[in-house]
Amino acid sequence: MSLKLDRISLAYPNGYPAVNAVSCEIGRGERVAIIGPSGAGKTTLLRLLATALRPSAGSLGVLGADPWRLDRVTLRQLRSRIGMVHQAPPIPPRQRVVTAVLAGRLGQWPAWKGLLSLVYPVDIGGAEQMLSRMEIADKLFERCDRLSGGQLQRVGVARVLYQQPELILTDEPVSAVDPALSDRIVGELNREAIARSVTLVASLHAVDLALHWFPRIIGLRAGEILFDLPPVRVSDAMLKELYASESAQVPTQDNRPLEIVPTGIRRKPMYS
Amino acid sequence: MHWVVVIALVAVTWASFAYLSLDLGHLLTMEAQVQMWKYVVSFFPPDLSADYLEQIGQGTLETIAISAVSTALAAVLGLLLALPAAGRFGPVLRVIARFVLNFLRSIPELVWAALMVMAAGLGPFAGTLALAWHTSGVIGRLFAETLENTPLEPAQSLRLAGGRPALAFLYGTLPNVVPQLIAYSLYRWEINIRMAAILGIVGAGGLGQMLYFSLSLFQQPQAMTVIIAMLVLVAVVDSASAWLRQRLAN
Amino acid sequence: MSGETSAIGLRDPAARPRLALTALIVVLLWPGFNLTEFDPSVLFDARSRETMGKFVATFFPLATSAGFLQLVIKSTLETLAIATAGMALAMLVAWPLALVITRSLSVSRIGPGPGYALGRIMRLPARFALTFFRSIPEIVWALLFVRAVGLGPAAGVLAIGVTYGGMLGKVYSEILESNDTRPTTVLLEAGGGRLAAFFYGMWPVALPELVSYTVYRWECAVRASVIMGFVGAGGLGQQMELSMRMLAGGEVATILFVFLLLVFLADGVSAYLRKVTA
Repeated sequence: MSLKLDRISLAYPNGYPAVNAVSCEIGRGERVAIIGPSGAGKTTLLRLLATALRPSAGSLGVLGADPWRLDRVTLRQLRSRIGMVHQAPPIPPRQRVVTAVLAGRLGQWPAWKGLLSLVYPVDIGGAEQMLSRMEIADKLFERCDRLSGGQLQRVGVARVLYQQPELILTDEPVSAVDPALSDRIVGELNREAIARSVTLVASLHAVDLALHWFPRIIGLRAGEILFDLPPVRVSDAMLKELYASESAQVPTQDNRPLEIVPTGIRRKPMYS
Repeated sequence: MHWVVVIALVAVTWASFAYLSLDLGHLLTMEAQVQMWKYVVSFFPPDLSADYLEQIGQGTLETIAISAVSTALAAVLGLLLALPAAGRFGPVLRVIARFVLNFLRSIPELVWAALMVMAAGLGPFAGTLALAWHTSGVIGRLFAETLENTPLEPAQSLRLAGGRPALAFLYGTLPNVVPQLIAYSLYRWEINIRMAAILGIVGAGGLGQMLYFSLSLFQQPQAMTVIIAMLVLVAVVDSASAWLRQRLAN
Repeated sequence: MSGETSAIGLRDPAARPRLALTALIVVLLWPGFNLTEFDPSVLFDARSRETMGKFVATFFPLATSAGFLQLVIKSTLETLAIATAGMALAMLVAWPLALVITRSLSVSRIGPGPGYALGRIMRLPARFALTFFRSIPEIVWALLFVRAVGLGPAAGVLAIGVTYGGMLGKVYSEILESNDTRPTTVLLEAGGGRLAAFFYGMWPVALPELVSYTVYRWECAVRASVIMGFVGAGGLGQQMELSMRMLAGGEVATILFVFLLLVFLADGVSAYLRKVTA
């Protein structure tokens, strides 16, 4: 079992629960999309899984360990097996792409290798390979502040691919990217997950993207799981209920209407 | 209100002259004027003998070396103190480091120089240490502020991927800070060249020490040469930095 | 892995410039360490450690005997008086020269009228004097004046007067030029004199800025007058130098403390004055 959540809760300082007694299990190699209106607790839930936040109640198992019972060194080792793709890639603007990608393996490298890589990039080939999967290999030695938003987003993904984690968490990885590119990025993450049987948990704003790529959909509302189903069984009514608090429409890429055929099997809307 | 301030200022100024019992009028007497003129004339012509110019060259190099080495030391020490001062190692160390930085910064270079001459003896090493102490206070405070204003996410995300805190700092935080660190160190170097030129007056090496010696030995022509060398040095540094700034701005 | 082949032969293009820059810095700094006689072991050799150790050990407790405190208070007042009197002198130096070099106040500029060339030539020595005054650091002036008029506060006042006169003159003129000069020009064209044009055309607009800069310089003068004491120009610095010579750590510590207090106070006063006049 990759992830085991047992009545996990986390309250904001003002007492309002961001995540409220969430329980679920996600097996090794599973690919799960988390959808829900903004403020539903998607980011908080992911940060709990990434061991960035400590739950205020409940027990959490990540890759077979309870992260908050580990000593410092073991926790560090556990974290090096978790990769997180952020909504805004947390990369210093003046850093070069090659350094930013290689930084993905800082948790696995011995300290001397990390230091050496600052002087001269130790694995240029490895970085180049990940970047070429994201189709930006030509930016290898470019400075990150010279990249466009979409290119930087892909550098962030390349870093996590280079890290080769056993669990990939992505927090709205394509929110600032056009639909064709979103599809490309989410697709590459899914390919990686299938090829290496990596567990993939992604929070997505665009419902169509989630339904297209992921075999398991978790609907999160007000910090609680509303449904946890394969995409074919997610009905229009469920989505309407999930996004009831937001403006009438269910969010999709470019606000294209979601096509739902009567049998409940969705047509693939994608560019792939 | 306006006039109260003006009257108060005039009164304070008058009180200052009275307190010092200055007899500046005395300076305007014929006798004093003649004395003064003789003193001024004794500075000319400056000593431009090859021998002395070589010494001046040596002194100038020493001055530049003092400023460069002290600034380099201060950049390192400043960064080391800025880390705790930015609260990276807890609130207690933050307060302590801030106090140390303020202390280093508040004591003027010249006072440091006088103290360092006692600790390290006469010569350029004392001047280097003096400038290094003061400058690390100045630079450290600025670095601390820069560090506090730097986004935390890059380093944090590296730590969440299992990176060691120190490496996460080097990869995630330092790249954001380094440009400012370099720019500010260079700027302080420029200031320190001026300072190094005069620090020697309390015995801390460089051109200042030569000036002090020659004036003590009543060798005004030599003193004049040193003063000219100081002016030239500062003018060269000024125009060099202006040129560099313009180049960097474009 | 398909990427492998394309990666062969990839080199970091920044490596060579980086290496060159590092080498350059090392080559430049290395002789610096020699020239500065850099040798931290000096600090720890037995003799200097003993002297310094004894000296630092006497820092605490601070010297607080009534007689010494009286001396410190006297020197503090002297320092403040030197700064203030020095600033007064500096303004006497600065204003005439500033008025001379301010182009907008030139009557002959209009037209250009008679004496235009002469006016331009006249401004040159004034400019040169200001540059000369401020280019030589105040402590060097102090050293020179101590030789000329003897030890004591007079040398300090003169040194501040000359150096700060040079700075104030230049900045005053810049402030006057940076404001709207049209009212002044109108006055001059209507036949007004230089001083009349200054007082009615420029003074009212420029006053806050002028005051603010002068107050700031006064604050600097307080610090400078402490430092100049080290070469014998009176005030706290001279007292500190004496105490250091006598290795009286407690006295040095007290004076340092008072000095920090003074700088802090001057900072406060100057901030207050600038707020009042702004």
